Amino acid sequence: MILDRSLTRNPVWRLRLLALIVLLVPMAGGPARAALEIDITQGNVDPLPIAVPEFFNPGGASAQTGRDISGVITNNLERSGLFRPLNPASFIQKPESMQVQPRFADWRILNAQALVTGKVELQPDGRLRVEFRLWDVLAGEQMTGLVYFTTPGNWRRIAHIISDAIYKRLTGEEGYFDTRVVYIAESGPADRRVKRLAIMDQDGAGHRFLTDGGHLVLTPRFSPTRQEITYLSYIAEKPRVYLYNIDTGKQEVLGDFPGMTFAPRFSPDGNRVIMSLARNGNSDVYVMDLRTRQIRQLTKHPSIDTSPCYSPDGSRIVFNSDRGGSQQLYVMNADGSGVQRISFGDGRYATPVWSPRGDLIAFTKISKGRFFIGVMRADGSGERLLAESFLVEGPTWSPNGRVLMFFRQEPGDDQGNGGRTRLWSVDLTGYNDREIMTPIDASDPAWSPLSPLNR
Amino acid sequence: MRFEEFGLKAISLAAAVLLVAACETAPEESADTSGQGGAQQQTTSTQSTTSTSPTVSSTPTPAGPTPGSYEDFVENVGDRVFYDFDKFDLKPQSRATIERWAAWLKQYPDVTVTVEGHADERGTREYNLALGERRATSARNYLIALGINPDRIATISYGKERPGCVAHNEACWSQNRRGVAVVN
Repeated sequence: MILDRSLTRNPVWRLRLLALIVLLVPMAGGPARAALEIDITQGNVDPLPIAVPEFFNPGGASAQTGRDISGVITNNLERSGLFRPLNPASFIQKPESMQVQPRFADWRILNAQALVTGKVELQPDGRLRVEFRLWDVLAGEQMTGLVYFTTPGNWRRIAHIISDAIYKRLTGEEGYFDTRVVYIAESGPADRRVKRLAIMDQDGAGHRFLTDGGHLVLTPRFSPTRQEITYLSYIAEKPRVYLYNIDTGKQEVLGDFPGMTFAPRFSPDGNRVIMSLARNGNSDVYVMDLRTRQIRQLTKHPSIDTSPCYSPDGSRIVFNSDRGGSQQLYVMNADGSGVQRISFGDGRYATPVWSPRGDLIAFTKISKGRFFIGVMRADGSGERLLAESFLVEGPTWSPNGRVLMFFRQEPGDDQGNGGRTRLWSVDLTGYNDREIMTPIDASDPAWSPLSPLNR
Repeated sequence: MRFEEFGLKAISLAAAVLLVAACETAPEESADTSGQGGAQQQTTSTQSTTSTSPTVSSTPTPAGPTPGSYEDFVENVGDRVFYDFDKFDLKPQSRATIERWAAWLKQYPDVTVTVEGHADERGTREYNLALGERRATSARNYLIALGINPDRIATISYGKERPGCVAHNEACWSQNRRGVAVVN
């Protein structure tokens, strides 16, 4: 392929990435025993002190690359709430000398428990070589080490992949840093809100708008298997479910229905879209096969049935319905049979989203004038509320099922001024509630699956 | 120091690109440009006719909008009905309003309308889209029952996306739980 250096400012997603991943065995001693571990089921009680000095850059690669990569990794680890990156100003050993062997005493004195060392080099063939090693400082042992080869414009993506490798080695679970978020960017007055489809890396980098705000767009969701988004658009003032191809920018309406289609989500295999269709005012749940474009009705009830979402194995569907008098969560088989109510708490329940692990369902709850984000087991037991506000809505799971993202609206004054709507994330444990930075107001987040390279 | 390589693994990733949104730009003029309803929109020309100045010699032209126009509908008929929280059934006052819609539509048989369904902000987005659709449809169905040709009445739901009133209190929310007839 042709290496276009002008693309280095742009998101790595633009480039065909060719990465060779090479496992580095420990420089000293045998394979490390896993003495250093983070138990992520307990919540963010005591983040792990970790040192991520700038990656050594012996020359060739652009001067900032080493610092940029360690910066992205540091930011990822810090925002996860599981790590406490140490201030680089306190570091004693310089990156260059660490290429032989870390002086563990220099890191123990800073109370670092883990250390990440790395090196970036431009290869004669124009590719960037990035290596990193993760060290258990107390044991003085390497825990993992990998080398990646890629185009220089991909350095940021490599930093996310390294972050995931560190997360996985220390927690035992897949990471979620090499992912993106699609969401609705909002601007303008409250009664004439301009909404645009937007996409960014999970850390906010590589942000761009996918639509121009000329028509209302809502509720985007990522395909689990392709570079596609399904969402609701009011093109030509007809609210319909659309499919948007991120690679080509092409969009197409799904089906040709006389009434509104909305609340779309992909099936776990990416081959179907489940959604609501309104007929003579009544909304039921339907599924469309994307290969045949055949549509099948799954619920048939004179109540509002909407916000459907598949279980990760595709065998069941959770949705919300007011068939019992108020909005509650129901689970049914994928063919529409065996409908069972699962939510029985005080208030109304909405926007159920099945965890990628299959055990939990996240939801929005409305009770006594307040909104909550919570989770319950798939049978409705074990409800836990993780966030509360004037308005929080629309949870989406990180691909490893450990973090929820949602949006939170802080109301403005009676003239509609001063309000603020932003994306937030919270650990499944309820800790680490924090804002996701976006250039302007934001709602309806949807987390991408882990990028294919990273699997 | 050993420095070995294990497990060579090569993976390529297809590019995922796009900067330009291929959007068909849809004009939004229809949406929520509806008036504030009923008597609130007094025109200044109407007020000027109350003047008793003797210097006004010419006969005042009839004030107000052209009969059969959208402005006529908003001012003289009233373009909206209101619903209770999480409800879509028509209250007696709403029925009376829709009966006036029907009479007006019979008077101007070439006019078509779109009934917008709206919800307040105290529900979730997708549920409110469904609720708005129900509200718009309940108004449309009553118009049909009153003898209006179904082909003249479209519906669209905006859920909580287009509040008419932007404060965060019940006074506003009750204004936003509405059906609005927009003359096309």
